[in-house]
Amino acid sequence: MIEIRLKKALHAAAGPMKLDVNITVSRGEFLAITGPSGSGKTTLLRLIAGLVQPEEGYIRFGDTVWLDTAHRVSLRPQERHIGLVFQDYALFPNMTVRQNLEYALRKGQSKQIADELIDITELRELENRYPATLSGGQQQRVALARALVRQPRLLLLDEPLSALDAGIRAKLQHYILRVHEAFHLTTILVSHDQREVFKLSSRIITLQHGRISQPVSPPPILLANGPENGFQLSGEVLDIESAGKKITVKVLIGANMLRVEASPDEARHLHPGDTVAVRFNARQPELVRKR
Amino acid sequence: MAPEFWQTIGLTFRLAAATTLLLILIGIPLAYAIAQSRSRFKPLMEALVSMPLVLPPTVLGFYLLVALSPGSWLGAWLEQALGVKLVFTFGGLVLGSIFYSLPFMAQPIQSGFENLPANLAEASYTLGKSRMETLLRVLLPNIKPSLLTGIVLAFAHTVGEFGVILMIGGNIPGHTRVASIAIYDEVEAMNYGLANQYALVLIVFAFSILALVYGINRRMLKAGS
Repeated sequence: MIEIRLKKALHAAAGPMKLDVNITVSRGEFLAITGPSGSGKTTLLRLIAGLVQPEEGYIRFGDTVWLDTAHRVSLRPQERHIGLVFQDYALFPNMTVRQNLEYALRKGQSKQIADELIDITELRELENRYPATLSGGQQQRVALARALVRQPRLLLLDEPLSALDAGIRAKLQHYILRVHEAFHLTTILVSHDQREVFKLSSRIITLQHGRISQPVSPPPILLANGPENGFQLSGEVLDIESAGKKITVKVLIGANMLRVEASPDEARHLHPGDTVAVRFNARQPELVRKR
Repeated sequence: MAPEFWQTIGLTFRLAAATTLLLILIGIPLAYAIAQSRSRFKPLMEALVSMPLVLPPTVLGFYLLVALSPGSWLGAWLEQALGVKLVFTFGGLVLGSIFYSLPFMAQPIQSGFENLPANLAEASYTLGKSRMETLLRVLLPNIKPSLLTGIVLAFAHTVGEFGVILMIGGNIPGHTRVASIAIYDEVEAMNYGLANQYALVLIVFAFSILALVYGINRRMLKAGS
């Protein structure tokens, strides 16, 4: 269990602000912290990592106290056994992919873990390349793998996917979930992207002006109060295509994309990014096993 | 060509090499400390390091001469306790040159450190690495162009030094007489031919070393490392 209580005055773009949070994270949990930019999310991660010092705070990881300002205890980032993935990756430009990973090895630690991570994140073909020659998604995978070399128990992710386009993003979400499970990690993810957060995390906290506004659970995809003789799914409009008179709306439901035909009347009010309910006129959804 | 000519040229480059070597050892930690510093005294440290850029070299040479002469307590102590005589000796030239060329070594390295993204060092810390290891394996390898610039400028600047050396070293052939002073001396003696030889060597040297640095820096930037 991780206990986090932190207070720090921040100078955000919108003026001075006080970060004041109190969070408990269970072991193995995937916690997401979301909120508008400038709400103190990244600072919160940096405080947990020990890269920034709070005015007042207490952090306990299991039995180890990482920070206790009342007793002048503050472990250095080196001693906190965390893996931190920076928003802009922070790969070492002078090292190849493999060297970036091996740099992170503890004294005497076997290189086997680097190989294992290179396989999990499918970096084998890129292992001798330098970061400058990699795409954003590839760099992100290296950063993720590097953060795990020391086998930390707590993984901190700062906007890990925000700079990537949709296809690569989905793939990386998959890698993140995979390592979260494979290494029995406790993960804290910071993101302003709600969609990313709902897909990955088991619990969500929203930060607003430095304070936690309220815990949110992922919304049910199947809405409770649907029409009487059917059901409805909630989703996000991705795109609206019209070919002649036929209009097709692409709706993202969960991880699946659905094409729904729409009348010009229906389509007129829709824009990409809208949240919509897709109603089905069937009495009972049927479940068919695919394999 | 006269053996004295080569003796002077050799001395000039020996002085520059010794100064540069010591400046690498002094300049890197100093530049790192200033770049990392968040102290309100940072501007004062920067001003102190940069002072030789704007001061007439004779001012620096004058105070060094006063401080190191056997008449002062420092000079007397050095000579009696350590048996080191720094006025009018090669050792004194090296000391003076270190002060004089310090900004040329420290400034490029400092700006190299400051231009690195801060999160490179932070990433290294979260990977459990000490400050020293981070400096040696992450920071320094990523500011190679700045290091090269600092080393070459410090070397070249020491080769071209005049005022400090004249004050503290005098003009003793084979001991403290360097090329720039020899030029002045030969002109005084109406020996224009020899002065010309010294001057040409310095011009060729200055041009080729600067061209080399710019060439190497361009290659390094292209390679992206």
